[in-house]
Amino acid sequence: MAEFNPKDIIKPENLVYRKSKVLTDNVMHYCPGCGHGTAHRTLAEVIEEEELQSRTIGITPVGCSVLMYNYLDIDMQEAAHGRAPALATAVKRLMPDRFVFTYQGDGDLAAIGTAETIHTCNRGENILILFVNNGIYGMTGGQMAPTTLLGMKSSTSPYGRDAATMGSPVKMADLVALLPGTCYVTRQSVHTAAGVRKLKKALKKAVEYQNKNMGTCFIEVVSNCPSNWKMTPVAANKWMEENMFPAYPLGDIKVPAGE
Amino acid sequence: MAKVKGAVVIDTEKCKGCEVCVVTCPTQTLALSHEVNGKGYNYSYSANPEACIGCANCAVVCPDGVITVYKMKVE
Amino acid sequence: MEKELKLMKGNEAIAEAAIRYGADGYFGYPITPQSEILEYLMEADPEKSTGMVVLQAESEVAAINMVYGGAACGKKVMTSSSSPGISLKQEGITYIAGAELPCLIVNVVRGGPGLGTIQPAQSDYFQAVKGGGHGDYHLIVLAPASVQEMADFVGLGFDLAFKYRNPAMILSDGAIGQMMEKVELMPYQKRSEDLPSWATTGKPETRERNIITSLDLDPNAQEKFNQKLIQKYREIEEKETRYEEFQTEDADFIFVAYGTSARICQKAVQLAREEGIKVGLLRPVTLFPFPKRRLNQLADKVKVMMAVEMSAGQMVEDVMLSVNGKTKVCHYGRMGGMIPTPDEVVENLKQIIKGE
Repeated sequence: MAEFNPKDIIKPENLVYRKSKVLTDNVMHYCPGCGHGTAHRTLAEVIEEEELQSRTIGITPVGCSVLMYNYLDIDMQEAAHGRAPALATAVKRLMPDRFVFTYQGDGDLAAIGTAETIHTCNRGENILILFVNNGIYGMTGGQMAPTTLLGMKSSTSPYGRDAATMGSPVKMADLVALLPGTCYVTRQSVHTAAGVRKLKKALKKAVEYQNKNMGTCFIEVVSNCPSNWKMTPVAANKWMEENMFPAYPLGDIKVPAGE
Repeated sequence: MAKVKGAVVIDTEKCKGCEVCVVTCPTQTLALSHEVNGKGYNYSYSANPEACIGCANCAVVCPDGVITVYKMKVE
Repeated sequence: MEKELKLMKGNEAIAEAAIRYGADGYFGYPITPQSEILEYLMEADPEKSTGMVVLQAESEVAAINMVYGGAACGKKVMTSSSSPGISLKQEGITYIAGAELPCLIVNVVRGGPGLGTIQPAQSDYFQAVKGGGHGDYHLIVLAPASVQEMADFVGLGFDLAFKYRNPAMILSDGAIGQMMEKVELMPYQKRSEDLPSWATTGKPETRERNIITSLDLDPNAQEKFNQKLIQKYREIEEKETRYEEFQTEDADFIFVAYGTSARICQKAVQLAREEGIKVGLLRPVTLFPFPKRRLNQLADKVKVMMAVEMSAGQMVEDVMLSVNGKTKVCHYGRMGGMIPTPDEVVENLKQIIKGE
């Protein structure tokens, strides 16, 4: 074998992975290691591969991912805190042939927007709700979220979340799976290559089900918040596996009949 | 016997040095540099380029989409 | 198709006019005294005829945010409610104003504050014309005084909203919402398939992506945007101020009243003139923009301007600002769902004149 030179490999015909064309060149504002970037990227890949760009309308939340519209090269609407599913409901009803999704964090979806989440799922709106759960309010600086684990410290639960006074973590995916309007409810992760590949498969299923008008698809991504968990990204991902996953087990919670 | 060889191209100025790619790489190809980029991050780079098998796991987990991966069979 | 005459409630007229105008969607939540709008639309089921979407939301908050989403697609969408429900909608309204989206909001006002009463009032004037939610913004506010205007202002509201990319509000009250009158309905218009270039409809290769947002983290850019909004409001004031005058030519005194109060004042003008008091009426049809300039002109020749409102005195402040001290301005109002009688209004004017 000749002397190894990577330059011999770096040729267009050998390309196996590049950033999706549906992602813009803007540098994402997320902290190092944040799962939002990976989730954005994976969604962008699905929009590109399924050729959805020209018929996708996305709704962004309030929270860390409020500026998502800077990163995905698609038409987007920026909702008020928690209201993304209400916007998406109208968009899909008025433009039924479009691919419509909301992208929401745990504060947005599981606290202030609980009513919109539950009722949108209950009506079985033909949209995708992509829910990123990292158990904390990231943008406002690490306050307790509805999904904060028991005992977990945050700036508003400095002695750890106490079930007696602060309630227990809300398991939104399990809640919405009970509603007849949802057709597909699953929990995924983005911290490993295998996890990201599974999320991508789940997203493609959601596209298929939306094309078939089967009801609401709800994909939860259990994610991290290295900055507010006060850990390195690698340590945060390990902590997430050890603490978040037991409370929010990964896998399908509800699949369409016959799937 | 044919062997698979890979190579990665990292946009080091956009890398935030989160190290997720480094721990994901099955062949210990990647490492964080001692140098910092314009944002002050110890960026990821191909420390053992000959070890790369082009599996793309690093790119798949990269939150910032800064990794491009190439792969070819070599005799 | 010919125009059609019908006897209808004000609320029903709004609903029917929305279908005929070619509205794309209505999103509402029941509250007295305006539930007939949602009920009428549900029964008419226009999705089958014109394709208009009608949806009962889980809350007023959800309903206005559905309007936000639909308006962001460039669709002609509307909601309606009454005072407590409009308070809930304020969050969505300020986002819609901040994102410069057109839509129509109907407030069939009832007495407040709080849960108040279910009877007619005009105590949401400040909320409607001064913004209502947070931030520097205005709605275009139309004040119907008849069932006919309830119907007519649906189209006018949408037209102005789209012309200026700004939310418009019909500020009605429980009396006009519930009363039945003859109304001439416009022929059915086909819904337009054309969507504005700024709308989020899915990004084709041929254009940049469209983003609908009210957020700008750069204060310099946000201030520029605020200045742009102010420019827009000034243009609206310049071009869209609407009012009606009744016997103002020789008037020594002027009632300023809108909506139900204007109807009462019209009778009061007649009664006062029978007693030899030369009084006229100016009825603002648009509350924002307010007929400031005309009131200022009239102030040169009248002794007193009396704002008559079913509130503790809200519009009277705009009358004062308009005349800027040129003439005496006073207020007469009933509150809490009580409606003044024409006799009461005349009696009050006489007391004021006696005190002059």
